[in-house]
Amino acid sequence: MSRAEEVDLVERLLGGDHRALARTITKIENRSSGYRELVSALHEHTGDAEVVGVTGSPGAGKSTLVDKLAKSYRDRGETVGVIAVDPSSPYTGGSVLGDRIRMASNVGDMDVFFRSMSARGTLGGLSTATGDAVKALDAFGKDKIIIETVGAGQNEIDVVRTADTVVVLVQPGSGDDVQMLKAGILEIGDVFVVNKADMSGASKTVADLEEMIHLQGDPTTNLDLGHHGAGGGFEKPEVADSPDESEKNGERGDGEEGWTADVVETVATSGDGVDELIETLSEHRAYLERSGRLTEKARTRYAEEIRTLLREDTGELLEDEIDRRGGMESFVDAVVARETDPYTVADELVEPLRECLERDG
Amino acid sequence: MSADADQRAVRCLVAKVGLDGHDRGAHVIARAFRDAGFEVIYSGLHRAPDEIVQAAVQEDVDVLGISILSGAHNTLVPKVIEGLKEYGAFEDTLILVGGIVPDDDKEELKAMGVAEVFGPGTPMADTIEFVRQNAPDRA
Repeated sequence: MSRAEEVDLVERLLGGDHRALARTITKIENRSSGYRELVSALHEHTGDAEVVGVTGSPGAGKSTLVDKLAKSYRDRGETVGVIAVDPSSPYTGGSVLGDRIRMASNVGDMDVFFRSMSARGTLGGLSTATGDAVKALDAFGKDKIIIETVGAGQNEIDVVRTADTVVVLVQPGSGDDVQMLKAGILEIGDVFVVNKADMSGASKTVADLEEMIHLQGDPTTNLDLGHHGAGGGFEKPEVADSPDESEKNGERGDGEEGWTADVVETVATSGDGVDELIETLSEHRAYLERSGRLTEKARTRYAEEIRTLLREDTGELLEDEIDRRGGMESFVDAVVARETDPYTVADELVEPLRECLERDG
Repeated sequence: MSADADQRAVRCLVAKVGLDGHDRGAHVIARAFRDAGFEVIYSGLHRAPDEIVQAAVQEDVDVLGISILSGAHNTLVPKVIEGLKEYGAFEDTLILVGGIVPDDDKEELKAMGVAEVFGPGTPMADTIEFVRQNAPDRA
């Protein structure tokens, strides 16, 4: 892609051309040449959209709920972007992206821009391209962006890197109360939704969730650090200064405001509870803005993004260096023959890079 | 997969347009495309041409495969093609039709911009090979 094409694509996207938005996301997904320049050019136009991540086990009703959420936002006059990530085959890389079928409430409405993405082998969740696709939708001018993750299971924590608010869907009867004690997906929710609330066992699941949240908020434990401070492990945990800092969505002991996750019951197929969910989402958004957490989250996200790019770029430089020095196989041969070892090889390969940086520094 | 590996995948929309309610064939094709390493978006049953156009534009698919058994291809396919043109998506989308299509109609569809029509009994490998050969090159 030439420089002129990129400029043209960016201009068309900013001008509201759906095809240009679609093509931009494709380039991001494929990491086509020039995609970085595209995302760079979009950056200054981002930062206005509210990003909600929706995760939960397969069959919990994520797509149907996302469809109803998008519909409600549209009814309120807001534009919506949806990115739905589906798994890809570990054997062929192929995939069937089936979530579009569930978007029945929004057919014919181009102001809901729904895009299916394949996880493309990324383990346990969002492909790295998702964050950049969110930027494209943000720059396009979408008010709300919903990311629906692969329904892979208990380790969908990638979503917190990209979303401001994380919704975790739980279906009734999805496990005993020990499941609630386990680490992973249940730690990252800002809002919990018990979908299919018309099923038997729903009230038990709500009670289990509330108990779990209550434990998290218990001031005598430090469990809430995993939720507020660590955000799923990507941010530095805040150290609790006082034991009584966490109160139900109110002032904390140190004057800082906390957030205690809410549990909302929905029946996505009928749309019951969706208004309450939207209410809760906007409360969480207001909390993020009031408390300064939104800015913090964005900063953390950018830091993480810079690190990821650096790892990719240096990784690439080093791959080239490996080729120059005779290829990976020859290093492996030497290691197998006990002539050297992996640590020494890595040291040798990084050495020139280290020298350059230290000289310039 | 390393970061700079070629991550391009062929994207296909397998679409059921109109009233026919039989999509076993579409499922089989979707599965075969998946196993060929393509990314397949399946539309679900009973879609209007507009919905297919919306999906094809937003998903930026390389290939649009329309499955029709009801005989309504002469009314539905042109509507889809018109819609694609409206969004500037016609030129670089490979359009295929699968299902029951009489020979005379085949020529008409091709004149309209359909790349190929696959009737009953077409070996799956042929269809996949055709897609590999003809999917638009969008570097």
